[in-house]
Amino acid sequence: MIRMEHVSKAYTTGNPAVNDITLEINQGEFVFIIGNSGAGKTTLFKLLLKELEPTSGTITVAGQDLGAMKRREIPKFRRNIGCVFQDFRLLQDRNLYDNIAFAQYVIEENPRVIKRAVPAALASVGLAEKYKALPSELSGGEQQRVALARALVNKPQLLMADEPTGNLDPQNAWEIMKLLEKINEDGTTVLVVTHNREIVDAMKKRVIMLEEGKIVSDVSEGGYSHEA
Amino acid sequence: MKLSAFMYSVRQGLKNIWRNKIFSLASVATMICCIMMFGIFYAIVANMNHVVQEAEQGVAVVVYFDEGTTEEQVAAIGDQIRAKTDIVSEVEYVSAEEAWIEFVGDYFKDNPELASGFEQDNPLANSNHYSIYLNDVAKQDELVKEIEQMEGVQRVDSNQMVADVLSDFNAVLGYFSMGIVVLLLAVAVFLISNTVAVGISVRKNEISIMKLIGATDFFVRAPFVIEGVVIGLVGSLLPITILYFIYKQVVQFVEMRFGFLTGIISFLPAGQIFGVLLPVGLLIGIGIGFLGSFLTIRKHLRV
Repeated sequence: MIRMEHVSKAYTTGNPAVNDITLEINQGEFVFIIGNSGAGKTTLFKLLLKELEPTSGTITVAGQDLGAMKRREIPKFRRNIGCVFQDFRLLQDRNLYDNIAFAQYVIEENPRVIKRAVPAALASVGLAEKYKALPSELSGGEQQRVALARALVNKPQLLMADEPTGNLDPQNAWEIMKLLEKINEDGTTVLVVTHNREIVDAMKKRVIMLEEGKIVSDVSEGGYSHEA
Repeated sequence: MKLSAFMYSVRQGLKNIWRNKIFSLASVATMICCIMMFGIFYAIVANMNHVVQEAEQGVAVVVYFDEGTTEEQVAAIGDQIRAKTDIVSEVEYVSAEEAWIEFVGDYFKDNPELASGFEQDNPLANSNHYSIYLNDVAKQDELVKEIEQMEGVQRVDSNQMVADVLSDFNAVLGYFSMGIVVLLLAVAVFLISNTVAVGISVRKNEISIMKLIGATDFFVRAPFVIEGVVIGLVGSLLPITILYFIYKQVVQFVEMRFGFLTGIISFLPAGQIFGVLLPVGLLIGIGIGFLGSFLTIRKHLRV
């Protein structure tokens, strides 16, 4: 699903944020990417979305070489990827239904399909009855579940989450993780950037650890405890 | 783009106007000010132009003939002058008798009995002449020189100063109005583009989400552009409609209150002014709304 070969990304000043990373993530995997602030996690995330261009190396996502991709091909590419962020990034001025329908309209889905898919997506995160609520009326955990529903409604092959539990209390964090696990079991590749030690330790998934832009460990069924 | 996606963009554009009420109001207000100023200015310039044109048509060149010139010769001169259709709008022959009657009307209005003594002996016997009215006073000098060369013409009277002033005034008015219009449009584009930029920065979040989900540039742009066009439409239709009624009222008011002016100034009918102003104003409003939003969003779309 994801293949990176000798990828580096340097900003104008300082050490490269990502330094000579080579990794492969297969279809259907559940992978944590961990590391301290400044380890290069977010840069890696942006590289995979083609929000940033690598300084060197090649990146292939869902069978597409990002380096050879033209600007106008980016939207189609991103439709294969669902994204979830620490700050949820919901549209505060519309209700849950419209927030999720928005994702479907963006990919120019048929309105009849949208009418069926949106309630189904909300139901899958347990918020079917709150479709009329505004994001501000929800708790953080609920908002993140809406964000998840939005990421999933277009049935992406790959789901990427950047610190999805960063703003949540432990109980809500666990609920989100359970949902991610379920999504993974349904066949979607899941990539989670996090520094939530408890969750990583408990879930026993593949863990890739970054430090100063380099992969320092890559362990299946790993945890933070593998830290040197 | 599919029809359903287009309709979605239209709906979003309209909703965005409502969601960003303050911003939309500011844009519409800006647009109204610009179009209003443009409209007022246009109405004034068009009327001034009209007045100048009327004045031009009132400027006559008068041609007198040598003593003993036959009627055939006079008619031939008249035909030559009439042939200059590019400069001459009207040629009027005034016989000696008509000249005398006109003179009496002008100077012996109050005691016509004084004039009766001249009845048998017209003091203006040689004053039969052509009064020539021009299309373009700027060419008066040229015409006068030509007529002076014609056989049988004794002298040509003209008021070169009035002609010069009028044609200069016309030219100045033209340049002046062009300058103001360009300035107004520049201000409008600048203000609209600024307001759109503010609107976009407010919605950066929404745009970045759209881009991450996989929206095409066109899809991201469409609601903004539709918003701009609607704002342009409202912002131009409203002031032009208001101006239409104000104009009618003002014309009515001036004609009632300052009746003595009607001989000097005649207003263009509202229909004629707004027959031009409505389509031009709408085009400018919608054009600025479209271009302002299209160019600004393009500049801010590099996600």
